[in-house]
Amino acid sequence: MTVLDFFKDNILLLDGGMGTLLQARGLGVGELPEEWCLTHPDDVIAVHRAYFEAGSRVVCANTFGANVLKYTKERLEEIVAAAIACARRAAEGLEGEHFVALDIGPTGKLLAPLGDLDFEDAVNIYAQTVALGVKYGADLIFIETMNDTYEAKAALLAAKEQSTLPVFASCAFGADGKLMTGADPAAVVALFEGLGADAIGVNCSLGPTALAPVVEQFLSLASVPVILKPNAGLPQVKESKTVYDIAPDAFACEVARLVSLGVRAVGGCCGTTPAYIAALAAALQGKKPLPVTDKGITCVSSYTHAVNFANAPILIGERINPTGKKRLKEALRANDMDYILAEALGQEEQGAQILDVNVGLPDIDEPAMLMRTVSTLQAVTALPLQIDTADAVAMEQALRRYNGKAMINSVNGKAESMAAIFPLVKKYGGVVVALTLDENGIPATAAARVEIAKRIIAEAAKYGISKKDIVIDPLALTISADDNAARETLAAVASIRQELCVHTSLGVSNVSFGLPMRDTVTSTFFALALGRGLSAAIMNPYSTPMMKTYHAYRALAGLDKSCAAYIGFATALPTESADTGVKNTHVAAVETSFQGPLQSAIAKGLVARAARAADELLHVMPPLAVVENEVIPALNAVGVGFEKGSVYLPQLLMSAEAAKAAFERIKQALGEGTGATRGSVVLATVAGDIHDIGKNIVKLLLQNYGFDVHDLGRDVSPEAIAECAVSLRAPLVALSALMTTTVPAMEKTISLLREKAPWCRVMVGGAVLTAEYAQMIGADYYACDAMAAVRYAESVM
Amino acid sequence: MQGVFVRELGAPPLNLSEILRYAGMRGTPDDGLSALLDSCLAEVAHGLCYRVCFLEHGVKMTDTGVDFGYMQVDSADLARCLSGCDRALTFVATVGPLPDRMIARYGRVAPTKALLHQAIGAERIEALCDAFLDLLRAEQGISLCPRFSPGYGDLSLTVQGDIFRALNPARLIGVSTTDSLLMVPSKSVTAIVGIKKEQV
Repeated sequence: MTVLDFFKDNILLLDGGMGTLLQARGLGVGELPEEWCLTHPDDVIAVHRAYFEAGSRVVCANTFGANVLKYTKERLEEIVAAAIACARRAAEGLEGEHFVALDIGPTGKLLAPLGDLDFEDAVNIYAQTVALGVKYGADLIFIETMNDTYEAKAALLAAKEQSTLPVFASCAFGADGKLMTGADPAAVVALFEGLGADAIGVNCSLGPTALAPVVEQFLSLASVPVILKPNAGLPQVKESKTVYDIAPDAFACEVARLVSLGVRAVGGCCGTTPAYIAALAAALQGKKPLPVTDKGITCVSSYTHAVNFANAPILIGERINPTGKKRLKEALRANDMDYILAEALGQEEQGAQILDVNVGLPDIDEPAMLMRTVSTLQAVTALPLQIDTADAVAMEQALRRYNGKAMINSVNGKAESMAAIFPLVKKYGGVVVALTLDENGIPATAAARVEIAKRIIAEAAKYGISKKDIVIDPLALTISADDNAARETLAAVASIRQELCVHTSLGVSNVSFGLPMRDTVTSTFFALALGRGLSAAIMNPYSTPMMKTYHAYRALAGLDKSCAAYIGFATALPTESADTGVKNTHVAAVETSFQGPLQSAIAKGLVARAARAADELLHVMPPLAVVENEVIPALNAVGVGFEKGSVYLPQLLMSAEAAKAAFERIKQALGEGTGATRGSVVLATVAGDIHDIGKNIVKLLLQNYGFDVHDLGRDVSPEAIAECAVSLRAPLVALSALMTTTVPAMEKTISLLREKAPWCRVMVGGAVLTAEYAQMIGADYYACDAMAAVRYAESVM
Repeated sequence: MQGVFVRELGAPPLNLSEILRYAGMRGTPDDGLSALLDSCLAEVAHGLCYRVCFLEHGVKMTDTGVDFGYMQVDSADLARCLSGCDRALTFVATVGPLPDRMIARYGRVAPTKALLHQAIGAERIEALCDAFLDLLRAEQGISLCPRFSPGYGDLSLTVQGDIFRALNPARLIGVSTTDSLLMVPSKSVTAIVGIKKEQV
């Protein structure tokens, strides 16, 4: 009998704490508990045995921290083998079914972008432990105490790729009901179920009563069995001993109450002992397990939250898609991630709930670009992403890296498409957008599109993909080409929602292609589609008519309590006088009288107004004159004010951002390829250092002063910096480091630059540096602040 | 020796002038900057955590530094700071990853906001450390020396390795170190605090 067979008809009793019991037996502070499987096997066996005798059906082998970051490969194998053997020995002679889990905890390192552990490295670390667990005969894999969804995803993927064993996955939620990295229960449930976990839940951090709200959310969301392993409350010191504040009986009583609500696997974590498990076994005596039901929830998730399609119409921002967008194409070819990030944040601010991400261009490496874009976007936005590509390789790489349950755009009714995409949906989880077209093209009628939808749903079921993870797109076609196009699409939306009970999505903007006043046509079509039950629209969140329709619909459909969101939206609609009321203390500090609105906007640091003023000036003077006569004088005045100490860093930066907004407009007016620069500067935070605020400030100012900045990012190897300096024959390299531990990397970079790019000057900056230190490590110049960096660059070029 | 404890605190009072100081601002901010600071504060109004894990241990002076039982360190400066103490606390505190998220979010597209989030995070973690030590003083009626962190004076950052092994903050409060010994989340502090012997 497998643990899953046993689970079907039984409440599964797990074990309790291991660390506390080993400490009681002499494990010292800082000593690695897993070592005890080899050095004190009798103690480890005794702990397991006590749990089995108290009633546990599953014990976790003493492998919580067993990974190749802490142990050599050889030692790791010895430990995993011994740990599982200890648990097996403990079960010898006992009657009934007893199971041994390979216990997997966090690696102890934080994954990038927060930390420096690469996602694939994390998968690989877990893969090695899982492979050993399989080799030495574990019955299941128990991933627990996870406080980062990304790390949990790495562990789950490794478990699924290295074994066919059942996988349980459980997280440590804080008192705020979230993981340390910000995920709420809905985000965790979506991710874990998508990745195919057999049971999911909650362990550690708090006692059962404090965890109850999180557990209840799991029960309302999860379609797989829910696990609960709480602490014995909070630790306290009594008579110089550590004691937990919840006694076994009270613990068992509260856990049993949650079992009555549907929890299916229970045990304990820190502070719990065999006495707690025995009390729990007694409290559960004769209790029948509640059946696990499919909740039928269609949702996608990010690292923080889930977006549920049942709640209200969903807006999917369409702006990160190069089709018809010259500036985005240019940004993709130039690897200009900042432009893409600004598009993402802009759409989020406008109210998009999911962002479509399409970076397909004929002349770029789409798999690499898509993966990079997804990684970069998920570091700055908490919105779930819709991965949009026709390239199955790019799709797989992006889904693998994505920290959540993604929206997958798209599959269609062609056999080839389904064969390529459905295995990815099954493996990585996701909600897949299914287009109602097949080998014969797009059918003209609604009925024929619904037939294709049915075929797609039936084929998905063969892969084990439920229809809750499918959203049908019955395709909005342009009405200027076919008078009936919108009518058929709208009819299809209604049928799919009502007859197939599946959610729908449309790329609504297509409908108005080729017509004047497109926004009017598109937003009216959007209103009609919403009325027929449209669940989601891929749309332009910057379109005011579309947003008006969306908010009005929600208010009319009873989805907006007291019309609060509608009123908020209406009152926030931009007016011309939006930022004119700002007091002028900032500009006074500059001691220069400014002529005209652009200079004044830059001096005051008003981004939106600077962009508008630049637009107005571009009607009356050539772009380069706007730069020479308006932007540069204002920037200079602020820069001089900063150097004199009358303008402070935040003000300097605000002005620089305003100038950048003006430059962006001027650049558009100039067109492609006319942006002459003063010269190239290669900029990077050195290897081992992940701080980049200072570097980004220097970058913004150098760009404003006309330098072509090649920003290599943070944690950049000496080789990569030298290679870039050589390939550009850059006259100047600027390096940043914040910590004493990373200054050696700066020194190494400088010496490599001297060898490979002897013509090149090197300036350095960062919190720990001084002019003397800079000289000692061989730099040409120490920039004490961002203006000093600009002045040095001016002196070099 | 007792185990490692975890404390979760409420948000300490906000000190706006400290935040502005960390951002490099002197004097009164104009309305534009104040509005920007308000928007940043609103973004972190929910989602910061105030967590500390700590270990109480002995202090024995050695020829080159101090022996804490769980680690021996070479540092004359730390030894001077702990003189007269026979007990001390090692603690790791964090306000969580939200400031890092915000700094990453705005670093490339709105650096002023990144700068302000960096300043808010710095003020918050310092305020947490002070609040935590005040709490211990009040609860346990003890007097504490000034806190001393790895990297101060002649105390090498490499002792972070020993501290992290002993306190296991990765598991307890979600703080880990990178290969170059930077703490993540970055708004975290490790420190050693001497407990003054009771005055007789």
